[in-house]
Amino acid sequence: MKVWWRPRVLVLISCVLIWQLLAWSLQSRYLPTPSAVLVTLWQQWLTGDLLYHLSATLGRVLASFSLAMLIGVGIGILMGSRQRWNEWLDTLVIIGLNIPALVTIILCYIWLGLGETAAIIAVAINKIPMVIVTLREGARAVDKDLLQVAQVYRLSFSQSFWRVYWPQLYPYLFAAARNGLALIWKIVLVVELLGRSNGVGFQLGNYFHYFDIKGILAYTFAFVALILLLETLVLRPLEQRLNRWRE
Amino acid sequence: MSILTVDLQDKTFANGLQAIRELSFTVQSGEFVALVGPSGTGKTTVLNMIAGLETEFVGAIQAPREALSYMFQEPRLMPWLTVENNIRLVLDAPCLQIDSQRFARMETLLQQLGLTEFRGAFPKQLSGGLKRRVALARAFVTQPQLLLMDEPFQSLDEPTAQDLRQILLQLWADTRPTVVFVTHSLNEALQLADRILFLSARPAQIVLDYSVPLARPRSMVTSDLQALHSQLLQQYPQLLSGSLKEI
Repeated sequence: MKVWWRPRVLVLISCVLIWQLLAWSLQSRYLPTPSAVLVTLWQQWLTGDLLYHLSATLGRVLASFSLAMLIGVGIGILMGSRQRWNEWLDTLVIIGLNIPALVTIILCYIWLGLGETAAIIAVAINKIPMVIVTLREGARAVDKDLLQVAQVYRLSFSQSFWRVYWPQLYPYLFAAARNGLALIWKIVLVVELLGRSNGVGFQLGNYFHYFDIKGILAYTFAFVALILLLETLVLRPLEQRLNRWRE
Repeated sequence: MSILTVDLQDKTFANGLQAIRELSFTVQSGEFVALVGPSGTGKTTVLNMIAGLETEFVGAIQAPREALSYMFQEPRLMPWLTVENNIRLVLDAPCLQIDSQRFARMETLLQQLGLTEFRGAFPKQLSGGLKRRVALARAFVTQPQLLLMDEPFQSLDEPTAQDLRQILLQLWADTRPTVVFVTHSLNEALQLADRILFLSARPAQIVLDYSVPLARPRSMVTSDLQALHSQLLQQYPQLLSGSLKEI
């Protein structure tokens, strides 16, 4: 427990140091110093803007993340365990994987209107095929021998599913969740840039108009920090707890 | 009173291999029957049919599937559940939930099998012998009428296997379930069973139905047993490769 954070923190500190030195020596308005970015961050926090836009973006991330996981896990399990479903849906999944995020976003906005629903659905659509592919792998790797145990000992369908089948999917669920979080928040910013009037993406758009690099970096780091926090405080402890038996 | 009736005409696998032809036997309630035959002769397939795991065959089987336990060749414990929770899993089956004695029975079995100190351990932390003990506890805790065993002690070193056979006989004497025990070891069958069914090579048929003329309780290595073993093989030198032909 004591050692794991040291290399991580050291890398972070050296990155900031190099950045600071570079900014000092270049003296360009396009590369502000870390301290200047920090000041902007603090000002944004004091006005309440930072919290407002961060929470708007986080809300969208969580909504589209849950939607994508729910649908992707369901379809992925179906495709991994039923060959018939896999044959029918496989082409759609490949198409889904290859449609550019920008296209789904634009089409969703045009067809569903420039609203919250369109934004969240557009992001989810981008993520769903990846969840499907991961969970399909997981469903295919499920140990049939253990399911036979459930059958022989007459467990009900829901007991067999939740206590014998589902735990075997944990590694795949975590893989999907990890990649999902990383991908989704990036797409959410694009969605906000194109058609929302709040959120980190919207703010970045504003700063871009004025070439305000300080503002851009301040919001970027604030959100990266938030995602790291989610990873460290939620995902990692949960995963460790569920993986105790592997030790 | 017969508790198990097997009347199989034909079992042919999808690849055209005929595993079983004209295989019939009945087992009396409380009887300990061993199925002995060369490897690859479909013994496991017969157990799977009795358990209802294998449903595509020509013939009929009458078995008390609502009160059946199956100890597989591998222990097949859920690796993410502790020893105790592996046993609790099968106790939660809907048909057992009205049984108020079930947890008391689990405690007794844990004690009898020397598993009390390992109840919180995960299967990965246990030796092969201990895993088999857990599988035994799981098989007996549901108080089966019929217990199927598929070479459960095969991959263990001989002293450990011998211990487990003793334990099995003890548990069997306590509750007297009907047992169908598959093995390719004549010695093991002679030690454990009331009756031995010798199977031929594929397609499997019964070549000899043999009642073991040894009194219980049997000690594990005796001259009686060895005498019986050599006498049988003298009479039928080809018995273990599945034929009664004399040379």
